[in-house]
Amino acid sequence: MSVLPYVVAAWLVLVGLYGIVTSRNLLHLVVCLAVMQSSSYLLLLSIGYVKDAEPPIFADVPPTTPAVDPIVQALTLTDVVVGTTVTALLLALAVQTHKRYGTLDPEELRPKRPQA
Amino acid sequence: MNARLRLRVFAVAGTALFAALVWGFVGLPDFGSFDGAYGQLLNRLSVPDRASTDVVTTVNFDFREFDTLGEEFILFAAVVGVASLLRTLRGEHVATPDDDVPGRRVPETSLVVGVTGTLLVAPTVLIGIYVVLHGHQTPGGGFQGGVILATGLLLTYLTADYMTMRRVGPTALIEAAEGAGAAGFVLIAIGGLLFAGSFFENFLPIETAGQLISAGTIPLGNLAVGLAVTGGFAFMLSEFLQQTLIKRRREVR
Amino acid sequence: MADLSPLAVAIPLVVAAVLVGAAVVLPRPVVDAASLAAAIGVAVLCALVLSDVADGRVVYWFGGWTPRHGAAVGVSFAIDEIGAALALFVALTFVGAFMFSWRYFVVVGPFFHALMLVFLAAMVGFSFTGDLFNLFVFFELLSVSAYALVAYDIEEEGPIQGALNFAVTNSVGAFFILSGIALLYGRTGALNMAQIGQTLAGSHVDGLVVISFTLITVGFLTKAAVVPFHFWLADAYSVAPTPVCMLLSAAMSELGLYALARVYWTVFSGALGGGEESLQVVFISAGVLTALVGALLCFGARHLKRMLAFATIAQIGLFLTGLGLLDSGAMAGAALLVAADGCLKASLFVSVGALQHLFQSVDELRLRGRARRLRVTGPLVVLCALGVASLPPFGPWLGKALIEEAAGDAGYGWLPVVFVVTSALTSGALLRAAGRVFVGWGPRTDPIAAGAAAAPDEVDPELQYRHDRVPRTMTTPAVALAVAGLALGLVPGMREAVLDAGAGFVDRSAYAAAVLHGVTGLQAEAETIQPGVGSVATGLLTVALALGLAAVALFRERAPGAVDRAETLAAGVLGRLRALQTSHAGDYVTWLTLGTATLAAIFALTLTS
Repeated sequence: MSVLPYVVAAWLVLVGLYGIVTSRNLLHLVVCLAVMQSSSYLLLLSIGYVKDAEPPIFADVPPTTPAVDPIVQALTLTDVVVGTTVTALLLALAVQTHKRYGTLDPEELRPKRPQA
Repeated sequence: MNARLRLRVFAVAGTALFAALVWGFVGLPDFGSFDGAYGQLLNRLSVPDRASTDVVTTVNFDFREFDTLGEEFILFAAVVGVASLLRTLRGEHVATPDDDVPGRRVPETSLVVGVTGTLLVAPTVLIGIYVVLHGHQTPGGGFQGGVILATGLLLTYLTADYMTMRRVGPTALIEAAEGAGAAGFVLIAIGGLLFAGSFFENFLPIETAGQLISAGTIPLGNLAVGLAVTGGFAFMLSEFLQQTLIKRRREVR
Repeated sequence: MADLSPLAVAIPLVVAAVLVGAAVVLPRPVVDAASLAAAIGVAVLCALVLSDVADGRVVYWFGGWTPRHGAAVGVSFAIDEIGAALALFVALTFVGAFMFSWRYFVVVGPFFHALMLVFLAAMVGFSFTGDLFNLFVFFELLSVSAYALVAYDIEEEGPIQGALNFAVTNSVGAFFILSGIALLYGRTGALNMAQIGQTLAGSHVDGLVVISFTLITVGFLTKAAVVPFHFWLADAYSVAPTPVCMLLSAAMSELGLYALARVYWTVFSGALGGGEESLQVVFISAGVLTALVGALLCFGARHLKRMLAFATIAQIGLFLTGLGLLDSGAMAGAALLVAADGCLKASLFVSVGALQHLFQSVDELRLRGRARRLRVTGPLVVLCALGVASLPPFGPWLGKALIEEAAGDAGYGWLPVVFVVTSALTSGALLRAAGRVFVGWGPRTDPIAAGAAAAPDEVDPELQYRHDRVPRTMTTPAVALAVAGLALGLVPGMREAVLDAGAGFVDRSAYAAAVLHGVTGLQAEAETIQPGVGSVATGLLTVALALGLAAVALFRERAPGAVDRAETLAAGVLGRLRALQTSHAGDYVTWLTLGTATLAAIFALTLTS
């Protein structure tokens, strides 16, 4: 089971993308995007994990204790902030879309003629 | 494409992508056996060089503080974006909030929610401040603490009503907090340039690990980010609430 | 002097924060002036950095954390000529955009300017950085600012879905980049681009390296709007305010290609060097496809902003072919072409904005003949169009000539044909539009544009203006940008300087030595490429073809029946292409998935060792 977390991360990507592709509601679409982004958190944190190691907090333990990788945790923190902010922007867009068109269904929001 | 064709194409492409991702991911070191030298080096450096016992915070606010600058401003840009997206449009007017009008359609908050919420607000704010201040010692920091503080404001809305929340957190104050936090963070960076020779270099005395005042500019960075995150999230929350509770389309006669 | 580079990022950020924090008290003129001053300041700083880089790469370590034993501890800037020149070009475009916005928006809050300043800071940081995760952070910063800016004019008639599709597809692309970075970190334990490159160099290329390369490539190609990841671009341009379109077109998509090239050369070239031929085939094919699709849709457009959007896509295709040749001379040509074409496109967007400002319309057919009295804008548009058609000896021509020479040496001698066709179609569309709008030539309808999306007439009070002259704050940046774009080919020594820069860009070991060991003086030998008579002929041929296409479109009544048949054929092809542009996020993400899976399969078969 040494690759299970990575396979789960790949699965989350697939699930998230499937949700986006088949979505009938913009809010659902935004949440599926968030699900897909959560796979990157899982991937990063699984990469940095070290068996039988402490968290990288040395408040009570000596600084030479084996600890998990702190870099991926910092990267995940950044990633979470980025994901949250993009979700907020997309939700604001969804609110305005609903106000103007009265619907959140991407199929109904499609312009009647192609826009090219 | 219509929905069925799209699904068929995605079925093929998605499966292929999944297979490709798995093929790539299994090249990673086995789960639990990572031995990245970079991480281990920083683990060893954090306490002696920066008197900071929380290595993740040291990474975010010292070793790789420039990344945090970008991250901080991503939040800033998103907050400003949400504010400009949800601004009052032509054809809309600002009305009395739904929970304040006589004959309100929105049900009153129950007594249980009111009491529990009121009791929870103070501890939430306190914990938020604690998490922000102790970022360099225990898990936490500006981002985490800032979100908790913003939740305190949201609790005000849940417990009371929208106008009370507006009184507790007026928009001008929240916007100022957001801007001050973001600007403050850049000023810390420039301070490093002026006082220590390099952008973002830690220029305050390091002191000893385990003390609240230690680790140089790391707590300052946490404070600035905490301020900005609190302001940012509170702002976004109030903008969304304004949309649902207050802004109305002008009725077409 | 090296301290200046972080200031180029910090100053716009501080000004943006102050503008938002003091939003309630600042009057509009102060906001306009502060933003313009900040942009000019950044441009000056970037110019100083560029002069610094002439002596060798500038490497700046943040927080004083210099590398230990060749391993990076902190985040660094690693600036070479192309990075510094790109940042300078971006800053100058922003100066033009701020000037243009002065009158374009009659009423606007400080949020627009704050977002623009953050956008500027992100682009500068993106061009300067030497750390892979830092690259991703600035990539997300410029993406988020772009999402917010594109959606800024929510009261416009344009479909809001444009902003949403833009945000969704680019977020998926950004997520792919992060996953690729995670994979590289898992393999090498490093985030510094030079260090990862050193660790990967010469190592066995297995699934992880291939997939991380695929994911990172797809992410940047999505930003750059390369087929089939390009659908978001036309939607976003129809809904974004014109100053934002200017920046998206001139700078943002090109930065996607810059990052792709940078990451390839510093991180992957050591490991994937063996598969160079297949990489060439993949990137050049993608570039050719993008160029042709963009050019065709450009010629068939009547909505002026969409026309320029498709012209942008076409040019991205050409830039990608230059990069795809994986050669220092072609790299140099592509860099020059990016700057020259970028200036011209920015100038064109300003002119379109001026038309929008005066006539509340951006539809070529509805504007027919209405802009006759614009004495400066009309000739300026024609001049830009001729520049795009690579009229010798101006900037775009020189860039294309360098790429064409390198292509000939690499065995892709047929590439100039693609350049001629693409540039002729895009320039022809622009000349046709100029003839119709500024002179009144051409019929009222157009069978090629019959299926195209019309631009709705805008009655937005935010844009109305009482005067009937184009304000000086619009003509000045338009003229300045056009002159800059054309003059890039005339500056003495430009050819040698660009070739030197190209040689430095592709030199992975010199880059690593500079970043990790502080050895900045190494300079690779630049090959000498002298554009010959053949390139001049190609340039003139393109101009002639462009004029011919425009003339045929405008004066069809006097044309023989063969033209009618050609037009029916063209309309059929265009109809098919247009039908793909559905404005449905699910469709676009499906294309993205399909493109990613295809790339992964191709790379898996050709790159593994």
